[in-house]
Amino acid sequence: MIHFVLLISRQGKVRLTKWYSPYTQKERTKIIRELSGTILTRAPKLCNFVEWRGFKVVYKRYASLYFCMCVDQDDNELEILEIIHHFVEILDRYFGSVCELDLIFNFHKAYFVLDEILIAGELQESSKKTVARLIAAQDSLVEVAKEQESSISNIIAQATK
Amino acid sequence: MAGGGPSLMDSLFQRSLDDLIKGLRLSSPDNKLNFISKSLDEIRREIKSTDPQTKSTALQKLTYLHSLHAVDMSFAAFHSVELSSSAIHSHKRVAFLSAALSFNPSTTDFILLLTHQLRKDLSSPNHHDVSLALSTISSICNPDLARDLTPELFTLLSSSKMFVRKKAIAAVLRVFEQYPDAVRVCFKRVVENLEGADMGVLSAVVGLFCELTVNEPRSYLPLAPEFYKILVDCRNNWVLIKVLKIFAKLAPLEPRLGKRVVEPICEHMGRTGAKSLAFECVRTIVTSLSEHESALKLAVEKMREFLLDDDPNLKYLGLQALAIVSEKHMWAVLENKELVVKALSDVDVNIKLEALRLVMSMVSEDNVMEICRILMSHALKSDPEFCNEILEFILLTCSRNVYEVIIDFDWYVSFLGEMARIPHCQKGREIEAQLVDIGMRVKDARLELVHVARDLVIDPALLGNLYIHGVLAAAAWVSGEYVELSRNPFELMEALLQPRTSLLPPSVRAVYIQSAFKVLTFCIYSYLGLNGDVASEPVSDTELDNDNVVITHKQTPSTSSSKHNLTQESIMSLLNLIETNLGPLAGSDEVEVQERASNVLGLIKLMKPRIIGGLNQSEEDKIKEELKASETIKLIYDAFSEELAPVSLNSQERVPIPDGLVLKENLNELEAICGDFKLPLSTSFSLVKTRMLEKDATSISECQSKEESEPSNESTSLLSEHRKRHGLYYLPSESKESVSNDYPPAHDPKDKAIDEAEDLVKLTEQSLVFKKKSNPLKPRPVVLRLDDGEKSNFVSKKLEVKEDLISGAVQEVLLGTEASTSSSISKLSKKSSKGVPELKDNTGNNDLSEVSLAGSGRKKHNKERKHKSSGKEKEEHNNKDKQKSDRRHSKHKSRQRADSALAAQSQVIPDFLL
Repeated sequence: MIHFVLLISRQGKVRLTKWYSPYTQKERTKIIRELSGTILTRAPKLCNFVEWRGFKVVYKRYASLYFCMCVDQDDNELEILEIIHHFVEILDRYFGSVCELDLIFNFHKAYFVLDEILIAGELQESSKKTVARLIAAQDSLVEVAKEQESSISNIIAQATK
Repeated sequence: MAGGGPSLMDSLFQRSLDDLIKGLRLSSPDNKLNFISKSLDEIRREIKSTDPQTKSTALQKLTYLHSLHAVDMSFAAFHSVELSSSAIHSHKRVAFLSAALSFNPSTTDFILLLTHQLRKDLSSPNHHDVSLALSTISSICNPDLARDLTPELFTLLSSSKMFVRKKAIAAVLRVFEQYPDAVRVCFKRVVENLEGADMGVLSAVVGLFCELTVNEPRSYLPLAPEFYKILVDCRNNWVLIKVLKIFAKLAPLEPRLGKRVVEPICEHMGRTGAKSLAFECVRTIVTSLSEHESALKLAVEKMREFLLDDDPNLKYLGLQALAIVSEKHMWAVLENKELVVKALSDVDVNIKLEALRLVMSMVSEDNVMEICRILMSHALKSDPEFCNEILEFILLTCSRNVYEVIIDFDWYVSFLGEMARIPHCQKGREIEAQLVDIGMRVKDARLELVHVARDLVIDPALLGNLYIHGVLAAAAWVSGEYVELSRNPFELMEALLQPRTSLLPPSVRAVYIQSAFKVLTFCIYSYLGLNGDVASEPVSDTELDNDNVVITHKQTPSTSSSKHNLTQESIMSLLNLIETNLGPLAGSDEVEVQERASNVLGLIKLMKPRIIGGLNQSEEDKIKEELKASETIKLIYDAFSEELAPVSLNSQERVPIPDGLVLKENLNELEAICGDFKLPLSTSFSLVKTRMLEKDATSISECQSKEESEPSNESTSLLSEHRKRHGLYYLPSESKESVSNDYPPAHDPKDKAIDEAEDLVKLTEQSLVFKKKSNPLKPRPVVLRLDDGEKSNFVSKKLEVKEDLISGAVQEVLLGTEASTSSSISKLSKKSSKGVPELKDNTGNNDLSEVSLAGSGRKKHNKERKHKSSGKEKEEHNNKDKQKSDRRHSKHKSRQRADSALAAQSQVIPDFLL
């Protein structure tokens, strides 16, 4: 299974973290530091796998972002690479040619997309279309709610309550 | 507005998430922490707001800071719970996201408060709420939550919304882990989903089983037919990969299963264009189906394709697969050896490491020298990190199982010496241990060992290298311990006392001084002629023109023959040398150093007058004095000549206990301590060889000729070989000889020049294929080996209790009911034959009894699914009630049931092949 997913920028800034196994905050910080140290320093055109504390970290760089997933020793590395690519393609479709800024300002949306692809550290949806449809449906729910919420009258009603 | 509480203004002018992120991006690195703490203050205020929108935004900002800037947000746990009950989906989403990211299943108490809300959402008509709740459960599930929500999950496992169902299946994995009793409730429904047509659902179920089989595959054997069907029919690569993983776990348990699946797996491997699937096929075959030869051959072929590919990923994975296969089928590695060796020079460290592992797995008695030489030349041109990796692997492999692969210890010992000289070498500790270990274990290697040690000790440059101080300590110890074998003890003494030894740490220095003590004792001992002769003599006198070193007999031709190569003068200068060098150390701060230095000085004080005395006294007095000195020195020398040997930890046990000796039990622990002491063997590493030599050496001139100064055994030739090889470290006068020889220098600049992988390949080719030349020439020396006590006993790990519970429950569901209804088996088996899938026909009826029994088991399983589903509901309700009424009781009971299921399982033969 996938133990965690990290998105790290080329400068070492963390853009997304998702932990499927329990780690304390201290461990998390340490892991991020350790891995960004090893992964960011690797030259391009090397293999995409790094052994790390008995696990394997599969990473791939897309533009300025490194997508890293930590998996068990006997998991299929190439499959994980495909999952990463799958994730990127869905993000790309969702944001319309995604860039790092999209993820920075919509970090929660990135999480929601990820939640549709992975659950409990397992791939759960292999169809890009389905994911896109689900996310769109959820977004429309949110939009409706937002419109009600942000109307001035609502705020005034709140305040004068 | 004045108070700290949230207000309308807060709501109106609250910073949005965008504002926060922009602010963070604009603030300088120094200012960032400041900015975060200011934002946190705001958030703390805002999050208390009664307005859900304000709260939600605050929580979202906090989640952002938590997940990307590692801010602690445990204080907001309650607010997450509170907001999760909002009717507005977007708020719920924010709340659950923050919960999923920040709650710790084992430490966050607020999870309990979330139970009710989760239950409500799981039964919500809005399937987005349901899916949100499921994702959250999968992240924060703890035993309580798992137990309380099992009924809802059970319902969702057959939801008509496929995307809800698949999430439920994925989430149920966590529930099983936390609360194994849930298996009893949910497992059948999970299994039913194996036959679903929806790819998402199928992928989720297979993923679930893939995780479950990792821990206790045997429980899932009865499901093999379902998996087989997926393996044959499914066209989704991701699902296939998972199914292959399941079979990799199941196949070793049941040979018949392997026979069935190997064919479809090979088919997939040949047909698929997806590398991931192809690789999974390869891995499944090499890990679990390697006894199927044709399949293995195909897999190895595929590996070769990977190795030849330009994609570094495939290269890496190909090497990994080879490493797996190398354990049982070395031929696969040998077939691809040139590719493996080539990979040693890859640009990627990870690939290099894998290749190194493989190369080391190829090592055998015949090729160890060649491989080590190749690796050494690689080590010399690698970066320090990889260089040390190489050294570590070499040391590890060569010492494996008490130097199993080493035949020529002389070579190995000098190789260790070379290793220590590599500039980047940081493996001093290991080399040190092996040098000492070989000294004690392999008598025949001692001569060479002493020479190697001399070369190390004598080189002033090495003293400055922090990493090899350990090696130097070992070398010094060897020089002192086996000084009889040394060609020139005087030179050794100089080396041990050289000024740069002040660079050594005190512990190593103490070893140096102790060795000097031994050398000194030996010199005086030989001077006094106590052993009849000098243990070993200089091989070549011409090189030794140092003042202190006296090897000729001219000065004392008339004295007893025993002194023939030591003069009083030379001994005196030796004593003076020691006094000068160790004198200051008698006042050292370090007790070890100080004590040992004092010991040596004490001995000198004792001996000096007796040796000097001879100058002014009559011949008689001189002899008297010498006699006294002899007695003393003999005692000391004897004490040192007790040989050290490795001792088995259990050797104490083998000594029969004398009658009347009472060994109290509480003294048993002493055994471990006793094991550390060196067992004194016979005190005779005496010098038989040299006595023989003495007879031969009839005249001085002969004695000086290099050939015969050593006994006429192989060590002579070894010595000269060594001299040739290490011309660099010998004194210069000999250099003419060392210029040309055909003996390949182990550490020659020529080797460094070999950069091209092809050359290396050639080398390995020679080395790996035919390399038996040295075997008949030189038999492997005896390696002292203790049969017991050296194997470390690994305590087998206990299985995790929780996994036991899961598999126990699974077995109960799959098999337990069958066992209980065993009386009806015969009836059922007839009817069920049609229910058994096509797997059955191939194997035929050669084993009738098994068929019927197994068929019935299989059938029952089928039947359960089809007929009992209605009953299951009831059962389910019962379960629910039971759980509510007395959880502890039911838990206990279930464990008992699991046990009985385990017992029952042994009787049931899985039938998937019949």
